Amino acid sequence: MIIAVASGKGGTGKTTVVTNLAWLLKSEGVTLLDCDVEEPNSALFLRPKWEESNSFRQFVPEVDLEKCTYCGQCSQLCQFGAIITVKENILVFPELCHSCLGCKRICPVDAIGDGERELGTVSVGRAGAIRFVQGELRIGEAQAPPLIREVKLRGIVPARKNVVLIDSPPGTSCPVIEAVKGSDLVVLVTEPTPFGLHDLKLAVEMVRTLKLRCGLVINRSTIGDRKVWSYCQEENIPILLEIADDRRIAEVYSRGELVVEALPEYRKAFRHLYQQILTLTKRN
Amino acid sequence: MKEIVILSGKGGTGKTTLTASLAALWKNKVTADCDVDAADLHLILRPEIKQRTDFYGGKEAVIDLEKCTQCGQCQEVCVFDAIDADFVVSEINCEGCGACYYFCPAEAISLIDRHSGEWYLSETRFGPLVHARLGIAEENSGKLVSLVKGQAKMLAEQRHLETILVDGSPGIGCPVISSLAGADLVLVVTEPTISAKHDMERIFSLAKHFGVPAAAVVNKYDLNENLTEEVESLCHREGVELLGRISYDPVVTEAMVQGKAIVEYTDGTVAQEVRNILGNLQAAL
Repeated sequence: MIIAVASGKGGTGKTTVVTNLAWLLKSEGVTLLDCDVEEPNSALFLRPKWEESNSFRQFVPEVDLEKCTYCGQCSQLCQFGAIITVKENILVFPELCHSCLGCKRICPVDAIGDGERELGTVSVGRAGAIRFVQGELRIGEAQAPPLIREVKLRGIVPARKNVVLIDSPPGTSCPVIEAVKGSDLVVLVTEPTPFGLHDLKLAVEMVRTLKLRCGLVINRSTIGDRKVWSYCQEENIPILLEIADDRRIAEVYSRGELVVEALPEYRKAFRHLYQQILTLTKRN
Repeated sequence: MKEIVILSGKGGTGKTTLTASLAALWKNKVTADCDVDAADLHLILRPEIKQRTDFYGGKEAVIDLEKCTQCGQCQEVCVFDAIDADFVVSEINCEGCGACYYFCPAEAISLIDRHSGEWYLSETRFGPLVHARLGIAEENSGKLVSLVKGQAKMLAEQRHLETILVDGSPGIGCPVISSLAGADLVLVVTEPTISAKHDMERIFSLAKHFGVPAAAVVNKYDLNENLTEEVESLCHREGVELLGRISYDPVVTEAMVQGKAIVEYTDGTVAQEVRNILGNLQAAL
């Protein structure tokens, strides 16, 4: 079962939900994938011991100038402006390359070889019984989706029936799509404020575009207004859990501790959330 | 002309809330919302849209099934797994690379411009606003950010405005890099949590990588004063100027619910803190 935890707006509590759920499910063989590769934070709370950490690289064209005839076919094909031919000169802009291999395939004289660009690192480890995979985007690298894809390839073993929890990046564009794609349920986390609701609507639209199912966690549920509840009713979105605004949770979070450890009275709430997730994924 | 970009690394630290108040206080500026993926600034600035323009960010492949001979070449060359068994292109997976288009022997594939969103020129009670909406599940947020920034710059030149105030997005990837390009200062909004501190360090590295000086503000500083001091000493070590602290106060959410900037809604402590930050920011420039 793959559960992705996402939100339109950042800072609503995705990492809190993912890490606390993982801790509760540790005896069930859970895997946590931190797919927020731009700013991975789950490890700060679960402090895994890393077993391996590998640089993740992707193809970029490397032109053999001895063979190149400057015919320009590669530049014509490339939609990203990553390889430019100007008269007797050819320029490669690795950071613009999407690694589609089109240039290499179309070159009539085999002048394009395999160069590479580092997108970031993928680390695998364990936090007690929790299996942990995280991606970390290299500073200055713009493209997160291929790295997210790699984290999922490393972390999801199709034959295994264990629970996989995905910490997604905020937003609704390509990195989020890559993170939530293929999951059995998307748990959206929001707060009942105008910003929270506005971005929740975008997130719901995103989930529906991907034809996935979703449920909602309303964090800091006692602040703001009640518009999120009426929206959920209109749109028929199940509310899986409400967590009241509690300064102690914010303080526990600030120190990098888990709510279920520091404030055991919240274990029941997170267990309830898991039960709700199970009910919802079994329904269809 | 000076361009200030508000970033944070971590989401939800208060970028938009601070931007709205700076926009309310600052004269002679253009505001730009470059969080095109989940734009919220308009909820406070309540713009009157003057001009609406479609944004075409990239290409997408379309297969003409009447011409298609089902030879499978396109599926073979597509590294994005975007062409299914029935030769239909998945809009979500297609990155518009054009490989299938060039290799189709039956010329059954065309590359069309992809409608990826809209951008707007607007007026608000705090002056002009340039903002946008990236379509759901779209790519090319970086291109749209560049476009919004370019429009804001043009507007500033036309109207002889001295400053461009840019609200950025969380993270350090494509849209953030685009919003950093050519900026004079990055204002990092952080909070005293270990995740915000971790993410702030990555934003500092990114700003350094692109040669843009950074300044910082600690929001909700009284949530964990020990960590606030740690965050501030980290800023000192990195040579990042601290422009101020903002208290943890429910009035911030109340103002948001009313669709108002903090400085419009209250004259209390938080509003004073924001005013001081603006003073320090203008001095830093």
